[in-house]
Amino acid sequence: MQLVWLVPLLPLLGFVLNGTIALTRPQAKTAVSLIGPGVLLAAFGVAIAVVKDLAAAHSGTPAVFTYWDWIPVGALHISAALQVDPLSAVMILIVTGVGSLIHLFSVGYMRSDEGYARYFAYLNLFVFFMLVLVLGASFPVMFVGWEGVGLCSYLLIGFWFDVTANADAGKKAFIMNRIGDFGFLAAMFLIFQATGSLDFTSVFSAAPSTFAPGSGTVTAITLFLFLGCAGKSAQIPLYTWLPDAMAGPTPVSALIHAATMVTAGVYLVARTNLLFALSPVSSAVVAGVGALTALFAATIALKQWDIKKVLAYSTVSQLGYMFVGVGTGAYAAGVFHLATHAFFKALLFLGSGSVIHAMHGAYHHTHAHDDAQDMRNMGGLRKYLPWTWALMWIATLAIAGIPPFAGFFSKDEILGAAFARGGAQPIWYVFWAFGLIAALLTAFYMTRMMLYTFHGPNRTGEKEREHLHEAPWVMTGPLVVLGILSLAGGVLNLPALIGGNSWLEHWLEPVTAGSASLLPAAEVSQSTEWALLAVAVAIALTGIIGAIQLLKPAALVPARQAPAEHGLGKVLANKWYVDELYDAVVVKPLGWLSRVVLWRGVDQGLIDGAGVNGSAAVSRALGWVGSKLQTGEVGFYVVLFVLGVALVLRAAIR
Amino acid sequence: MNLVTIVFWIFAGLALGSGVLCVTRRSPVASALWLVVTMFSLAVLFVLLDAQFIAVLQVLVYAGAVMVLFLFVIMLLNLGRGAGQDRKGVVGLTVGAVLAGILFVQLRFLWNAAPPALIQVPNAMAQLQQQHGMVGSVAGPLYDAYLVPFEITSVLLLAAVVGAVVLAKRKL
Amino acid sequence: MLLGPSLAVAAVLFVIGVLGVLIRRNAIIIFMCVELMLNAVNLTFIAFAQSLGVGGQIFVFFVMAVAAAEAAVGLAIVLAIYRHKETVDLRNINILKG
Repeated sequence: MQLVWLVPLLPLLGFVLNGTIALTRPQAKTAVSLIGPGVLLAAFGVAIAVVKDLAAAHSGTPAVFTYWDWIPVGALHISAALQVDPLSAVMILIVTGVGSLIHLFSVGYMRSDEGYARYFAYLNLFVFFMLVLVLGASFPVMFVGWEGVGLCSYLLIGFWFDVTANADAGKKAFIMNRIGDFGFLAAMFLIFQATGSLDFTSVFSAAPSTFAPGSGTVTAITLFLFLGCAGKSAQIPLYTWLPDAMAGPTPVSALIHAATMVTAGVYLVARTNLLFALSPVSSAVVAGVGALTALFAATIALKQWDIKKVLAYSTVSQLGYMFVGVGTGAYAAGVFHLATHAFFKALLFLGSGSVIHAMHGAYHHTHAHDDAQDMRNMGGLRKYLPWTWALMWIATLAIAGIPPFAGFFSKDEILGAAFARGGAQPIWYVFWAFGLIAALLTAFYMTRMMLYTFHGPNRTGEKEREHLHEAPWVMTGPLVVLGILSLAGGVLNLPALIGGNSWLEHWLEPVTAGSASLLPAAEVSQSTEWALLAVAVAIALTGIIGAIQLLKPAALVPARQAPAEHGLGKVLANKWYVDELYDAVVVKPLGWLSRVVLWRGVDQGLIDGAGVNGSAAVSRALGWVGSKLQTGEVGFYVVLFVLGVALVLRAAIR
Repeated sequence: MNLVTIVFWIFAGLALGSGVLCVTRRSPVASALWLVVTMFSLAVLFVLLDAQFIAVLQVLVYAGAVMVLFLFVIMLLNLGRGAGQDRKGVVGLTVGAVLAGILFVQLRFLWNAAPPALIQVPNAMAQLQQQHGMVGSVAGPLYDAYLVPFEITSVLLLAAVVGAVVLAKRKL
Repeated sequence: MLLGPSLAVAAVLFVIGVLGVLIRRNAIIIFMCVELMLNAVNLTFIAFAQSLGVGGQIFVFFVMAVAAAEAAVGLAIVLAIYRHKETVDLRNINILKG
């Protein structure tokens, strides 16, 4: 376990090496192809060793490794320290494992890009920051990772920055993240003020005695923390950056916006579960916002034509589920869904990457300018990309929640936890209902995506069709691995109901034990559990079959000939006009404020005018007055002389 | 009301009067002559104040040498009659009067504040003169405690002589 | 005994001298008013010396010496200026202007 520092350091080393190559010899793609994924696989190996050590140790307390004194200021002592405990163990395995697969995929996907070395440098840097985030032993260290992944997200979203829209998307992501970061910081200040320290061990041991359950302080802290989560994990109201972030390369979307960065918010809530358990109001807010987001995003996904946008809204929706899980108090369930979501969402994104790669290749050959990501230009790709088709169906069934695929168990556990809380407070039934409807919509739109992309007649065009082909093995291989994980991932936490041992829940007990006593007891009878299970499966099947019956892929036309949307469809396709709302309510007033008040008013008028020019004018005026004194007439000077004497005497006499 | 007081006030009045006249005459020669009268009156006041040696010096040096020098220069520059508008305008007069008035008020405050307690021995000077004589009481300390200023003054006078000669030469 | 009245006379004489300096335009007359002021100061010193010791009279001695030197040099300057400007009116001596 002592080698835990290697886990983040290896990707950092990769960043340095790849960065040097990018700056000096960007054509050295072979070296980058070895270094980039290589450091990730090495980190994954070390992570496995660390987790094995942890499992063998059977310790109930986290192992903290302190490396140096970072900020010793007065009463505040922050060290650069990493923490190895069950939660961080799960996270590092996901990050390095799924990360390695995505790095391998990128070798094939980004092969022909000139920024190849820069891409891998940024990707490695991102993994480094993500690992710092999940391994941090204190809020500030975690915050370093938090900010760092935000930065890398910006760099990678705007990877092809010569297109203004991509750069804008990067900016949007970063700025919305920053709004959340303000929440994180405010929470840190409050935590320090209340407990006098910022590392997890001290804060969580002091928390039960410092904060009265339901008190204002802890509610404020947790709400601010959740603001940070809303920014990072794209919940209402700070979710609009994520669909725009699809402007980046697809493997980036897979890694950052599906498997790792956006889950940082869920990780934060799981890490601070004690604080959230102490504030039932905040937990309810978390679950409520999660449920609403899950439903809201699902409605938008119903009418998106860009394959990546569908997946983006799907991600927002699934993150909502995770927050319902941790809001309910079922922290293990939330983390479980985090893990399974990482598997199938990464698979979906990488699969769509395969599809887009094939479409791009086809259009490249015929020099067409159609949108390679628009589903209306696809259709019947099953024939040309059979492996991708099969694996993406596995992921679709997983996300829809069909047993025995991974997503079924995690989703069911979350919904079950929400339903159980409903017995004490009816609002939780509302959250459960939202989740259920969202599940129906999820199954529907995912099937829609598969139908339009892989089934029905092909709309890509006569000549392009000949050039459509399956991706090389370096890309399809990782897909297979993820497919297996999506299929079998459910074993991580099989519920006792069907004879499983809830392995993940027990594994995470050292982390969640503190809050168990604070949460209201939420038990449901076995028969209710079976009923809920059945309802979940029924909903999923309804969604899938409904989509197959209602949607007619044959009726689609290629994008450039597609008719405009109208009515509810138009509203959904335009994302409920939320971006436009933000633009009118936030962006434009801020722009006006900055331009008119701050720039013209304060900067030019006050600081330049009154301050700089004004003081110069005053000096000049004083100088002019002074110059009037120098008349050169001795008689006048004598008068001043006597005046001076009179003044001196005045001063002396008093 | 003894003799000393009467004499004092007579010559004090004379000094003040001739002072005013000196300041207000148009002709520089007249001003110079009135200034000489003022100096003579002051010499008498000095005698009354136990400063006989200084009184003689006042007459000899000040009235006798300095004022003569003044008259020489006035005559040399042919300013005897006095040119037309010699005083400043109304503004200048007012300013001058105001400033002088302020100064006077301040000085009045000062001379009222001279505490009698400061004066330990009412006629220290007279006692000194009984011991050393009129000249000796001044000359003694001059060559004794105040020797350095005395010597420096001689250097100063030398500098003044040189300076005056240089400045007044027609051609350097 | 004579201290108070002496100081008063000296003060008035001094102010008369100041008035003269402020009012007159003729350089030489201004000079003479300065001499008047110096005399007033001498009177002050002498008045105090009567009861406080000989130091005052010594100072008057030096004042006179310096006044003599100053008068000599000052009048030489007035002479030099007169040679250039043909006048001793203060209004015309303004080369220090600006």
